[in-house]
Amino acid sequence: MRRRLIGLAALVCGTFALVSLAGGEGGSAAPRATGTPSPGGLAAARTLQEGQALFASSCAACHGLGAEGIKRRGPSLRGVGAAAADFYLQTGRMPLPSPGAQPLRTRPAFPQRQIAALVSYVASFGGPPVPTVAPARGSLSRGHDLFALDCAGCHTIQGQGGIVTGGIVPSLNVVTARQVAEAIRVGPYVMPRFGPAEVSDADIDSIARYVQSTQHPQDRGGWGIGRIGPITEGMVAWLLGMAALLLVARLLGERVEDEPHEPRPPQGRAS
Amino acid sequence: MSPEEPAGGSREESSREGRRRRRLWTLLAALALAASRVLRPRGSRARSDRGPAPPVGAEERAERLVAALLLLTALSGAGFVTLFVLHPDTQLLGATLGACLALLALALAVASSRLVVSETKVEQRPMPGDPMEARQAAESVQAGGQRVTRRRLLGGAVGAAGAGLAAAVVVPVAALGPGLEDQLSHTPWRAGRRLVDAEGAAVLAADVNPGGFLTAFAEGVDQEQLGSPVAVVRVDPASLRLPAARAGWAPEGILAYSKICTHAACAISLYRSPLSPSTQARGPALVCPCHYSTFDVLQGGRVEFGPAGRPLPQLPLMVDAAGALRAAGPLSEPVGPAWWGDRR
Amino acid sequence: MSGSEDVMRFLDERLGAGRAVRFVLDYVFPDHWSFLLGEIALYSFVVLVATGTFLALFFTPDTAPLIYHGSYAPLRGAQISAAYDSTVRLSYDVKGGLLMRQTHHWAALVFVAAVTVHLLRIIFTGAFRKPREINYVIGVTMLALAMLEGFAGYSLPDDLLSGMGLAIAWSVAMSIPLVGGPFATALWGGRFPGTSVFESRLFIAHVFVIPVLLAALITIHLAMIMIQRHTQFPGSGRREDNVVGTPLWPSYALRSLGLFASVAAVLVAMGGLVQINPVWLWGPYHLYVGTNGAQPDWYLGWLIGALRMMPNLEIHVFGHTLVPNPFFGGVLFPSVVFMVLYAVPWIDRRFISREAAPHHLLDRPRDNPLRTALAAAGFSAVAVVFAAGSADRLFFQFGFGYEGAIWFFRGAFLVAPVVVFVLTRMICVELRRSGRHPLRGWSGSVLARTRRGGFQTIDR
Repeated sequence: MRRRLIGLAALVCGTFALVSLAGGEGGSAAPRATGTPSPGGLAAARTLQEGQALFASSCAACHGLGAEGIKRRGPSLRGVGAAAADFYLQTGRMPLPSPGAQPLRTRPAFPQRQIAALVSYVASFGGPPVPTVAPARGSLSRGHDLFALDCAGCHTIQGQGGIVTGGIVPSLNVVTARQVAEAIRVGPYVMPRFGPAEVSDADIDSIARYVQSTQHPQDRGGWGIGRIGPITEGMVAWLLGMAALLLVARLLGERVEDEPHEPRPPQGRAS
Repeated sequence: MSPEEPAGGSREESSREGRRRRRLWTLLAALALAASRVLRPRGSRARSDRGPAPPVGAEERAERLVAALLLLTALSGAGFVTLFVLHPDTQLLGATLGACLALLALALAVASSRLVVSETKVEQRPMPGDPMEARQAAESVQAGGQRVTRRRLLGGAVGAAGAGLAAAVVVPVAALGPGLEDQLSHTPWRAGRRLVDAEGAAVLAADVNPGGFLTAFAEGVDQEQLGSPVAVVRVDPASLRLPAARAGWAPEGILAYSKICTHAACAISLYRSPLSPSTQARGPALVCPCHYSTFDVLQGGRVEFGPAGRPLPQLPLMVDAAGALRAAGPLSEPVGPAWWGDRR
Repeated sequence: MSGSEDVMRFLDERLGAGRAVRFVLDYVFPDHWSFLLGEIALYSFVVLVATGTFLALFFTPDTAPLIYHGSYAPLRGAQISAAYDSTVRLSYDVKGGLLMRQTHHWAALVFVAAVTVHLLRIIFTGAFRKPREINYVIGVTMLALAMLEGFAGYSLPDDLLSGMGLAIAWSVAMSIPLVGGPFATALWGGRFPGTSVFESRLFIAHVFVIPVLLAALITIHLAMIMIQRHTQFPGSGRREDNVVGTPLWPSYALRSLGLFASVAAVLVAMGGLVQINPVWLWGPYHLYVGTNGAQPDWYLGWLIGALRMMPNLEIHVFGHTLVPNPFFGGVLFPSVVFMVLYAVPWIDRRFISREAAPHHLLDRPRDNPLRTALAAAGFSAVAVVFAAGSADRLFFQFGFGYEGAIWFFRGAFLVAPVVVFVLTRMICVELRRSGRHPLRGWSGSVLARTRRGGFQTIDR
């Protein structure tokens, strides 16, 4: 039994060594993140190994076997940390259907266990850990002010998503608080990356709380019709209001009678 | 609510809302069907004569139907009043008052189609216009001016007077000139003015995250003025392609641009910040949400796309001894949309 | 019976009103459902005035800042303007306030929609011809006033969405060559966002000046219809010199009242059940804050489309900006459209119908293919610009890249009117030739073979 354990440990260390050698460019430039729980114990080691295997089969084609990145295909993942990996994998943005496509939210491609494995593997190259966020500790009004100043320009004030020249901005209707925190720090695709001095961790709590409030809006006026403003309001005015009233006018008014009607001679240069 | 799970309550609520909505649509459809059966298109009946008088029973039924509808109108009106006093929920108020008016409409429609005598009448159309009258009116007008012989002289004089009056009215507005230029071109930015955030705290150079975006204002000045807000971003200094004259405007790769769009004065609240060059062909840019004018931050605010006719004004920056960001001079051009008086 | 006789005698002995009342009661209205569209607009206006009066009693037209202490929790403690505060209070703390606000706003949208559909009917049936040119001009003026009134109305609450719209309006005013600067500054009381005088000017314009103008024009509009009598579609017994229809009393009056009640019912139902302009969700306006997807109300969608579609052209002379960019989309385009609308009766007289005779019989749209096709082409051009105004939502929903979409709409603006013109002309000519009614099938004579071998004509 003990021999098996020693053998396994040797295997793990050997794998690490191989990976760091294969990484090229002097290995990972970024130091190990202090927050990442160092892989300890058999389960963690197996997770890491599984992660590496998964990475090799699902991610290395664009990101390289050592996560060093391949030009024009995928960027380096060294130093992006568990936060970025968790965000992209949990929201199904990765793997991309094709290099260069915009990452969009879909169903995650991997089950949770495999995501955890991949996250731990990417985290082994260093970078920020998965953030902890407590929306209940945040302030709704501060969250609104911050969101209006920093986020509404792309995501709309009610988090319904929008566009920027060069990409679609996703809506925030189904995001979790953790994903809000990760996105703010990671700055996925073309989103800005906000540092702790620009948006503190307490601020993130408030923003997450505000985002959650947009997921349960106070639609005191009735049917919310998407909360994107005048576009849907105009559609309702025409397709509900005017349609109903045209129907009423049709029912109340007379119609031109049915008897045979000789075509009138053309008026002026009518044809 | 735990940070891990999505807003689960929303799924239940949305299905409840969906059921409510479906019930509402069914009710509306039933009402529409009832209305269309009661109000048959009138064209299907005889036009100029009503034919034999309808049987007495039909009229009685129509009267009873109208009375019933009016009673229901009264009931829903009473319901509205009760709700207003006891429980003024907007949806219930709208539904009851709407039903009250709809029932009244139905009563009136039934009454007009089944209860009252409806006949087609033909009437002579009076033709407007009597040439004799028009000529006599013109002659009366002309008779008033019989003693005027020098028509042309007087006509010219009236024209000149009108022009003079119009000029007298318009010119005072134009004389707003010099004061107006100062007012429209004023910004609080001059060398040494510190940048502060929305709470008034100084913005340090170290605060600006690479790839990040923050809004700053001129210290000590009202935030709600067009010249004050700027967008501060940090890029890789090696990627900068500023005009030669602005070589020192971006210490450590930190750039500041006016946050007011030069097209139509909206706040430029989008920052396109690609995570890595391999994933996005376009560079970092500030974008306006109103008409999507896109300004390239690496090239001094040059217009990359959109209807903006002028580049975004850039604020020269310097880092002071305490590490705080300060303006190193005024903005590179006037803030906001163009007008006649701003000089480039 | 004697009750109404007493009333009539009362009026007649004091005002000589007997004759006038008889005129009104006997007045003959030609009947067609499409003649009710103007009434839908009229009754929407009545709902607007009624609900607007209620709102004006609670709204504070002042941008002075204060702290919110109402019942909408997320906003408590925030510093907002008095105008925004009174609007949120109307929505949350005044009984029936939100119902009134929403009914008012829905009524505004439906008002302009009804006027637009009414205008289409007028143009497509040639009702603007002599002797109705004056009434037509009044109608087009009312359309412009209605749009202005709506914009002023939804800009009053000083919320994020409408505040952005005001910034754009200011820039468009500034962009008028030469005089834009003084004009915009005079109107706003300074550079944008201006001073508190602007809010009160907006309020007075919205609550008093424009409604009075609209009411006066509506009165003249209706009076002219009564004097000239309404037009009618051709048919059996209908000629240029008579009016065939229903007398006002009792049938038409009851139907009209029924339409009034229906309009009010639909608007109130929407006002209670469908949320519109939830300003508490948008938040207050600051000039350094913007939201993606900000749009004006639907009837100004053609203007945001024009502003977005226009290439970034600006005309400079001697170092001055003579024509800033917003002028093209915000002033030139709507001015051209309205100038064309105003000129329709005279364009028709000169180039299309080529006659100056008075007309009281309407054309079915197919009866004048050139006019119908030209009108359809004109409206399709405006429709393309309108669609371009929501190109961002097209990108978001369907993935059509935004820049590509703008180029597409620029091309469509030139191509679509031509295509629509040709197609409409073809359809009109074909309908006239086949005698087919567009909605209810064919009407004419069928030659059928009888069982005995002969032929018989069946009229359908």
